[in-house]
Amino acid sequence: MSTPLTPVITEFWDRPDLYTLDGYRAVGGYQGLTKALQMDPDDIIAQVKESGLRGRGGAGFPTGMKWGFVPQGDGKPHYLVVNADESEPGACKDIPIMMANPHALVEGVIIASYAIRANHAFIYIRGEVPNAIRKVEFAVKQAREAGLIGTNIQGSGFDLDVVVHSGAGAYICGEETALLDSLEGYRGQPRLKPPFPAVAGLYASPTVINNVETIANIPYIVDRGVEWFRGFGTEKSPGFKVFAVSGHVKRPGIYEAPLGITMRELLDYAGGMRDGSDVKFWIPGGSSVPMLTPEHLDLPLTYESMAEAGTMLGTGTPMVFDQTVSVVKAVTRWLEFYKHESCGKCTPCREGTYWITGVLEKFEHGHGEEQEMETLTSLCSQISGRSFCALGDAAATPYPAAMKYFRDEFVAATHTSADEQFDPIASYVFAGAAAR
Amino acid sequence: MTITNDSGTDLAVPSELITVIVDGVAIGVPKGTLAIRAAEMLGIEIPRFCDHPLLDPVAACRACLVEIEGVPKPQPACAQVVSDGMQIRTQFSSDVAREAQEGVMEFLLLNHPLDCPVCDKGGECPLQNQAMSVGRPESRFTLDKREFEKPINVSAQILLDRERCVSCARCTRFADQIAGDPMLELLERGAQQQVGTADDEPFDSYFSGNTIQICPVGALTSATYRFRARPFDLVSVPTTCEHCASGCSLRTDYRRSTITRRLAWDDPQVNEEWNCDKGRFAFPYLQEGRLEWPMIRENGELRTASWPEAIDVAARGLKAAGADTAVLVGGRSTMEDAYAYQRFARAILGTDNIDFRARANSSEEHSFLASHVAGTAIRVEYSDLESAPAVLLVSFEPEDESPIVFLRLRKASRSGTRVFSVGSGATHGLEKMAGTCIPAAPGLEASVLDELPQDVRDTLAEPGAVIMVGERAAASAGALSAAVRLAESTGAALAWVPRRAGERGALDAGALAGLLPGGRPLTDTAARAEIAQAWGIAESDLPQPGLSGVQLHDAVAAGRISAALVGGVEPADYPLDAVEALRELDFVVSLENHHSAVTELADVVLPVAVVSEKSGTFLDWEGRPRPFGQVFRDAMMGSDAYVLGMLASALDAHQPSSVGDIRAELGRLGPWHGSRAPFTATAPASAEPGIRLDTWRLLLDLGVMQEGDPHLAATARPTVARMSPGTAQQHSIGAHVRLEGPGGFVTLPVELDESMMDGVVWAPMNSQGCRVYRDLGVGYGHTVRITGGGTI
Repeated sequence: MSTPLTPVITEFWDRPDLYTLDGYRAVGGYQGLTKALQMDPDDIIAQVKESGLRGRGGAGFPTGMKWGFVPQGDGKPHYLVVNADESEPGACKDIPIMMANPHALVEGVIIASYAIRANHAFIYIRGEVPNAIRKVEFAVKQAREAGLIGTNIQGSGFDLDVVVHSGAGAYICGEETALLDSLEGYRGQPRLKPPFPAVAGLYASPTVINNVETIANIPYIVDRGVEWFRGFGTEKSPGFKVFAVSGHVKRPGIYEAPLGITMRELLDYAGGMRDGSDVKFWIPGGSSVPMLTPEHLDLPLTYESMAEAGTMLGTGTPMVFDQTVSVVKAVTRWLEFYKHESCGKCTPCREGTYWITGVLEKFEHGHGEEQEMETLTSLCSQISGRSFCALGDAAATPYPAAMKYFRDEFVAATHTSADEQFDPIASYVFAGAAAR
Repeated sequence: MTITNDSGTDLAVPSELITVIVDGVAIGVPKGTLAIRAAEMLGIEIPRFCDHPLLDPVAACRACLVEIEGVPKPQPACAQVVSDGMQIRTQFSSDVAREAQEGVMEFLLLNHPLDCPVCDKGGECPLQNQAMSVGRPESRFTLDKREFEKPINVSAQILLDRERCVSCARCTRFADQIAGDPMLELLERGAQQQVGTADDEPFDSYFSGNTIQICPVGALTSATYRFRARPFDLVSVPTTCEHCASGCSLRTDYRRSTITRRLAWDDPQVNEEWNCDKGRFAFPYLQEGRLEWPMIRENGELRTASWPEAIDVAARGLKAAGADTAVLVGGRSTMEDAYAYQRFARAILGTDNIDFRARANSSEEHSFLASHVAGTAIRVEYSDLESAPAVLLVSFEPEDESPIVFLRLRKASRSGTRVFSVGSGATHGLEKMAGTCIPAAPGLEASVLDELPQDVRDTLAEPGAVIMVGERAAASAGALSAAVRLAESTGAALAWVPRRAGERGALDAGALAGLLPGGRPLTDTAARAEIAQAWGIAESDLPQPGLSGVQLHDAVAAGRISAALVGGVEPADYPLDAVEALRELDFVVSLENHHSAVTELADVVLPVAVVSEKSGTFLDWEGRPRPFGQVFRDAMMGSDAYVLGMLASALDAHQPSSVGDIRAELGRLGPWHGSRAPFTATAPASAEPGIRLDTWRLLLDLGVMQEGDPHLAATARPTVARMSPGTAQQHSIGAHVRLEGPGGFVTLPVELDESMMDGVVWAPMNSQGCRVYRDLGVGYGHTVRITGGGTI
């Protein structure tokens, strides 16, 4: 194997007590914080900029640059908000991080808050994962009791309060401005930009919103340095990534590896496809990114190479599907998700997902009409780039990519239902090789 | 700033213009202009639903997507602030924009029912119109449309058909941003997103009707108008609202001689595009329960009479009384009618006993109006409120007593104007203006004004600050004097805000003893000469100063007055004894359009036109003329001025009786440039022990001009008595309180109000279950007894 796994955030996940302060400290936890508090905040921002760390929430925006947008000395309170509303179909890496290594997140929160001069930080966690919420709350409580959160942290003069906030079950609240509205107690719907959160975010004050994994990277970067971090990955996608592989693989799970590892390598780590099965299609990071096929398995998993292939790295949580899966059905399920989660604010997303889903359900049941394939294509183009936020764009993604590679299945769905084309039982985990 | 946003100040030349190019045409626009407004300036219409120039942009409907040079995705023109050199391409020059707009339009029509033939909006519907102009001719949508139960009541008056809604959020933004009553919200998500209210919390707003008007589809309708007419069958006439002194520009629509609805009309200087629910819905009285024929009293009973007979009886009775007649002109009169009354009184009856203040008043107020208000040019206008650093309200509750002043103050407060209110507590209206209450017991405002906190005084000394006194200040001894002192010492502008639409016009028309038209003092030789010449009479024929207010009332009670000519008066506004006193007179002529407490005791009742049957002018609180035309040009009823003209003829005299002639005469008179009577200050009242009554008329109450619309009446606020918890505790008052005055008592539910000062109880002046004058025999600032109330 050419690319080794590089566990950093996940390195000590086999320690049962890693989620406790003692366990985390035993493996070197909070050393980064101690270093950070002795640094000038601007130097931390510079360090994160130099590290080239890119946002792990999906868009891959350079983290240090985001921090640098916060106006300093403006006399306003600053806020750090951690987006822990991981809800995308296929994405499952932030919740494991919070479950197994919550102190890495908390330490990162403290360092990031110190860097951007925030005295209040909020961790907005998806409401459906009470276990993760409890783990993070426990970590925050322990950190507070240990004087890592509170006033004059470690004699630095820096004060910080951290609030763990539970969402109420809306995918849209993972959109950063909708998250802010929800956090402020309003209905979660995206806000008009500008102003951008870095200028007027939470309570109309400068706010940085980062993904859980992004923040969990920070302590290691500060502790071990830019060079160490840039030792992983590529020039444009430096560092390592918590890949969460799911689907028809033998060992679905979390694999932390440098950016640039290929899907084929990750598949090998995951034990390969289940017996008697081959990759039919896969998505690199959540349902919002266009699907790829076996011919793309050797592409490096980096922001830039995925973009070249017409998709995105997204959350870096590949879902792999074998030949038992109906593309029509998979796309229909995803669209049903977007229809259900569309917040309703803008017309293209609200009405478009309603319409597309209705047509896809016709195809799923073998009642599609040939000209409706063109209709669906144009509907997607009527949403993409026209909706208020990225949810609409995401909803317009699965169908065009599926059409690109699997048009025949949609043609077949004009007369034969997805379940007739592909026995659903065969795709289940418990289905034996014989069923395939 | 958007061009239409800053209605009052948009005439000012913007300091910095930048150039944008829309569809290849360059135009200079102020910095901060939105792309959709820049296009409008060039006459380029971009489709829109959520965009409204008076609401914050939301960019939700996406109908206005345009292409902007250098920006990869099409952008919503309604939220795109232009920058210098920006190249904007609309649907007229860009395929991207046109296709994006077509796509959005197709989406908008997915779930929209095609019930245009039965929809109230059909014919004036932005969705219908824009679907025609930028939509696809045929829909590709073949699935089932989303359905909702229809309609639901968001209030007693406002109905919502959710399946028609396009989620533009205009109504919810109006409720939140403009009215400050954010009970209307978007609920649920995705295609199930819908407008709604919380359970058991209806859209309780005085301004709710505006949401119907700005709804770009037929989702919001009023119980009053729903299914009554099609827009293309209506005849529309621009009118002015007669309900208060805000001066709203309205549009009255009628069909087959029946008024079907009234809309707020666009007047950026006054009401912008809004009005209140009273102005919008309280019009059935114009056609229901009208007096149709003259009546004369015979053997103690009124009987129908012919016009010649009634005019003859009235003229003979008034002639007999001559100068011993009192002329009472209510606040409902137009300026032209008020002018006719005073001219009739002075030139024909030879009396100066005239008063338009058919409500609690004082000689202090008389002096104030004569010296500071009558005939003056506009000193404070709506736009001044917006730019004022601070506005101090005295005995004035704008939300109830002048709702458009309230809206403008709320708008001002959102951009930094500080609002202070000298009153007994912080009302909800004041809270919506982010205002601060300066506690003052009703009747004792004067000493509070004289001893304002220094920081408030300092704010009022800033350029542009305004003091607004309500008409209730007349009932508070020394309050107007203190307000004058405060204005003089701080330099703040002083505005007087009467409640009724006709008051300011009547004042300027001279319908007040001692004041000739234009604020001319009756005692001024030059003024008398001007008037005498205009009226074609000898100066010596003009009467000497007569009686008004309390003096006039005393004279009536003492039998020194023998007849009264009464018109445009709302008896409920009068302290009880004022109407009762009329009963003692030998002869009363009432010009009215509905039966009232005055017609009940009148000897001759002459029916007159309502506002829809005549033209005329109201002066709003600013002093701005608000002329209006006749809705029903073939109306059979004459105006007050017309009837007074008939009376004059019967007395062998002549006076102008048409609006045109009266306006011409007023025009010839012109403004008064001579001296005015000096203001005579009144000493502040001293505090007497007891619970003081704070009271005013709620916007929606038992006013006779609100009769006939049960849905409107159902949106009136519940009748409660408000007091501080301390007052309630001290008097052992629980859920109910019994208010007792010399005239009787009422028992009301109690609403405890932390913001209210101790020793004051507030009750509505003329609401269901509490008519202060009639039930208690007291008024604003008087003392009442309160006891624990038991049950109602």
